[in-house]
Amino acid sequence: MPAGIRFLLDGKVRELDGIDPTWTVLDWLRGEERRCGSKEGCREGDCGACTVVLAELHRGELRYRAVNACILFVPALDGKALLTVESLSSPGEALHPVQAAMVECHASQCGFCTPGFVMSLLALYESEPAPSRERVNEVLAGNLCRCTGYRPIVEAAGRAFERGGGPRLAAHQAALAAQLFAIARTGTLVVEGAGRRLFAPRTADALADLLLEHPEAHILAGGTDVGLQVTKQHRELHTLVSLGAVEELSEAVRTRTHVEIGAAATYTDALAVLSGPFPSLAALVRRIGSQQIRNTGTLVGNVANASPIGDTMPALLALGASAVLRRGADRREIPLDDFFLAYRSTALQRSEFIERIRLPLPRPGLRFATYKVSKRRDQDISAVCGAFAVTLERGRVREARLAFGGMAATPRRAVACEAALLGKPWTEETVASVLPVLDGEFQPLSDMRASAAYRTLVARNLLRRFQAEAT
Amino acid sequence: MSAPRKTRPAVHAPLPHDSSERHVRGDALYVDDLPEPRDLLHAFVRLSERAHARILRLDVGPVPGSPGVAAVMTASDLRHGNAIGPAFPWDPVFADGTVEYFGQSLFAVAADTVENARRAAQRAVVEYEDLPAILTIEEALAQGSFVLPTEVMRRGDPPAALARSPRRLSGRLHMGGQDHFYLEGQVAMAIPREGGALHVFSSTQAPTEVQHLVARTLGKAYGEVTVEVRRLGGGFGGKETQAALIAVIAAQLADRTGRPVKLRLDRDDDMLLTGKRHDFLVDYDVGFDGAGRILGLDLVLASRCGISADLSGAVNDRAMLSADNCYWLPHLSVTSHRCRTNTVSNTAFRGFGGPQGVMAIEWVVDEVARALGKDPLQIRRRNLYGTRTRNTTPYGMRLDENPMPAILSELERSASYAARRKQIAAFNAASRFSRRGLALTPVKFGISFTATHMNQAGALVHVFTDGSVQLSHGGIEMGQGLHVKVAQVVADELGVGIDRVRVMATSTEKVPNTSPTAASTGSDLNGKAAEAAARNIRRRMARLAAGHLGGRPSAAVFEGGSVRIGRRAMPFAAVAKLAHVERVSLSSTGFYRTPLVHWDRGTFRGRPFYYFAWGAAVSEVEIDLLTGEYRVVRVDILHDCGGSLNPAIDRGQVEGGFVQGMGWLTTEELWWDPKGRLATHAPSTYKIPACSDVPEDFRVTLRLDEGNRLPTVRRSKAVGEPPVMLAISVFHALKDAVAASADHRASPRLDAPATPERVLLAVEELRQRLAAPPPETSR
Repeated sequence: MPAGIRFLLDGKVRELDGIDPTWTVLDWLRGEERRCGSKEGCREGDCGACTVVLAELHRGELRYRAVNACILFVPALDGKALLTVESLSSPGEALHPVQAAMVECHASQCGFCTPGFVMSLLALYESEPAPSRERVNEVLAGNLCRCTGYRPIVEAAGRAFERGGGPRLAAHQAALAAQLFAIARTGTLVVEGAGRRLFAPRTADALADLLLEHPEAHILAGGTDVGLQVTKQHRELHTLVSLGAVEELSEAVRTRTHVEIGAAATYTDALAVLSGPFPSLAALVRRIGSQQIRNTGTLVGNVANASPIGDTMPALLALGASAVLRRGADRREIPLDDFFLAYRSTALQRSEFIERIRLPLPRPGLRFATYKVSKRRDQDISAVCGAFAVTLERGRVREARLAFGGMAATPRRAVACEAALLGKPWTEETVASVLPVLDGEFQPLSDMRASAAYRTLVARNLLRRFQAEAT
Repeated sequence: MSAPRKTRPAVHAPLPHDSSERHVRGDALYVDDLPEPRDLLHAFVRLSERAHARILRLDVGPVPGSPGVAAVMTASDLRHGNAIGPAFPWDPVFADGTVEYFGQSLFAVAADTVENARRAAQRAVVEYEDLPAILTIEEALAQGSFVLPTEVMRRGDPPAALARSPRRLSGRLHMGGQDHFYLEGQVAMAIPREGGALHVFSSTQAPTEVQHLVARTLGKAYGEVTVEVRRLGGGFGGKETQAALIAVIAAQLADRTGRPVKLRLDRDDDMLLTGKRHDFLVDYDVGFDGAGRILGLDLVLASRCGISADLSGAVNDRAMLSADNCYWLPHLSVTSHRCRTNTVSNTAFRGFGGPQGVMAIEWVVDEVARALGKDPLQIRRRNLYGTRTRNTTPYGMRLDENPMPAILSELERSASYAARRKQIAAFNAASRFSRRGLALTPVKFGISFTATHMNQAGALVHVFTDGSVQLSHGGIEMGQGLHVKVAQVVADELGVGIDRVRVMATSTEKVPNTSPTAASTGSDLNGKAAEAAARNIRRRMARLAAGHLGGRPSAAVFEGGSVRIGRRAMPFAAVAKLAHVERVSLSSTGFYRTPLVHWDRGTFRGRPFYYFAWGAAVSEVEIDLLTGEYRVVRVDILHDCGGSLNPAIDRGQVEGGFVQGMGWLTTEELWWDPKGRLATHAPSTYKIPACSDVPEDFRVTLRLDEGNRLPTVRRSKAVGEPPVMLAISVFHALKDAVAASADHRASPRLDAPATPERVLLAVEELRQRLAAPPPETSR
């Protein structure tokens, strides 16, 4: 097995060796290949102008997913096929239905965001049936356009399906799958260059060993946060261990008692198992980042990152989730309650990683909802996130777990407020009576996302909403 | 697909943007996509980290030792002056002695890669001594800190009118600024050419200005500098003056090193370093009668200009000139303070002060309506300009036309305003945590540069002997579809298919001494200039054709790719070939100057605008009383585009402008920390509208039946900026929904942008105000 990164671009196998493992796909495309259709608009995965599509084999099936090239490190391409806007058609050739629809609907003005929109719509077109308006909103939430006001782009999304006649890439599917199969790797990928190195093991055991060997390593999952450390904070990350290629960690499954989400499972993967038992959490996950971010970012990464404004943690805390931690061959399972120690500080030891998150399935009588409040509906970071799980017995509160994000230095439960609810009738009056307790539990910050006063008010009101909705 | 057809006239047809196919293929080139010269250097600018401070030490000594570095440059290296600026040379290229805002350029480094330049720049040692900083409009007003003198425009006797008004209200409104958030950040590449000349590729709306400033700061003649612009990835005013700094730094480093230099700001630096829409503080004192007629109004507009004047004079002038919007205000005083603050120098942004002026008066009219307990639409209508009388603006310009009464009636009907008012009332009565609001607001927007001399344009048309055409004009294509519109005019003038007309990159070498592409004037000015150029060539070709075909030249018809006189015709290309043989020029310049406009800035009197663009919008929103979150349920727009050159392009301008305006008034919040550092400097924190923010039901109608009364190019009307102000209806619908939370018993206090937070806090404030004993008797 060759040491270098191997991936497909326009049907050709590309091999990159000895490169800086934190080189972004966008910089490689634009800087090295001078393949300039993909644009840099923000370098933080927020505008979508750099959107490219990755094709990969998943359980024997080809899967197309839109991702942000600006924060994706090149080693993440290993074993995959990269499609950029240039892959769709050459000048003189017929346009892809998505491109043709964009032209017909007058969906480009300055054109700078357009290749990104084309690629987001391409992934949709090649993978799904004609979308609803809601689905289009979801798929395009991570593509900003400053000129058109989006109406013609949304129209183009529909038009592509009307005129298209089914997936276009299907014809090459078998050949692509064979090529991908041929470059599939069994051992650990090692990329070393520019004084930095990255290891991408294939198994959890190899991962655990590598972390023991390199306790100083940064753990890289989807890279939607680590990428920013490079592109925004200009930090030099010397050793990275990527768990993205560990297939056994990429599972998100529902057992008899739990939903278990592996460390490498993306939000998109997790959604598939969350929607059934936890529709409210699934709805919130659909508002995390964008389609591109959800296609790379992981739920476990959200937890490990321990940001006070991570969107999944309040729900996980309220639902009593636990984390399975592993260091070498040792595993321990701890409740998430004990995981967040202080601002961006967790119970993880050196060389330890989260193998998976375990989320107990709701017991009968459990009422649960999670809410995200942000300045903009889609692709924004919460001002406040609230999650509430209440179990009632004959109309009275038997158990209550109330958790908030954006209210403290860590995602945190409102334990005093929970205690105040116990045994009381689940009514508007009861909730009104415990709101002062809730106020006393948090001293939120004022920042560019929200003032402390707003956060405090919203935290109260979310609990009121939950009571009104979950009777 | 609406492919251009050769046989049909191009003007008035909904042709696609001329680059649309290249956009979707990704092979439309922006400056950063151009082939890079082999020895290209990349520049990086280090920014200040204080809002106002004395620079005790700026030691760039360690920088050149860093890998890859070719040059480092500070203020003292600019031998021909460190000051640039469009109207006043006040903007320093690099901070010199003091820093005046957080994010100001300190010095620049050129290196083989951006990363190396950035790393090297961090090696410099900067020490500051903080000075007191003025950050807000309020602080600037209190300290008398201004970039330009305060201006007053007055008509009638406002104090007397106010004194005798039966009703009187006063209050204050704050509206935030806005970042342009063009998707393509600021960028320039400067390439040294032989004999000391420089070729600059710049993402600018003002190539002539870039040419002048690059030349001046290098001590070169203007003629030694060429500026070329293929297209912009969005401009919106943000690349009118702001692009110059980027180009000047690239050019300076190129001149110094003798190597090509590219400077492309990343998003964060772009947002920190470059100017934005002005935020405004409005104080008003209005007198009115029981019917809601405004009798007297004293309006004070104060804007945050930042550290320098830049375009603030003209922006604030336009705010004053827009503060009447569509209303007859017999006794009016508008005072305009141009505040100097230790923040980035604010600049042009689509609407150019107009949106702020319109916001001010719309707020006042709405307040009058709410004080009287009337539907605001009724009060808006009652105060409209007349058609024969009561139709002179406060600056003494008589309206040639006033379609607003008709527009309001049409829109009120087509949007079912009255029926929806009732539905909304019923919805609100039945909802616990939701309230809906509805608002209809009008827009009148003056078209022309208020600086009269800028209302000129040039073009250059070549016809080749195969009948193909090259068109150059002074305008910049930034997405607005200017090129296709001007090409449509030229195609029709020469009677050839649009596919025969290639629009060339804009270059100071082709068309010199141009005005910026701004003030919505792009197609008005350049379309006319190109029409003139094409007409010159056509005249010559008509004479030739007449000689060949017989008949009079004036009878020649250019159409469908041929030239016809009577029943005889020959292909256009054959006439072109004939011209060459007959030694007749197939190339011509064209020039246009807008007639009628004149303006006396000293007295605020004249005709600053050639004509007005008109439109109106109805917006319906739903707010959540628990969180302040909202959605825009439905929007109906009726906008006057005259005899639109291209209705598809114009619709795009209306929709896009509306959504951009909506962003300004809803989620786009610029937030500075107490030290004067902008914390919202990337899309992760600065939230422009996303796909799901677009009105769920979005009905846009262009009013095309009547062409412009004035002889504009093909009777079209400018459309770039006016639609931004249609979004004021969203703001007022939000206000209406907040008012509904208290059964319309009082008027909400709501500043812009109306973020969910401001909406919720307005609901709370209203609740508390009404719970408390009334401070004054109202109603």
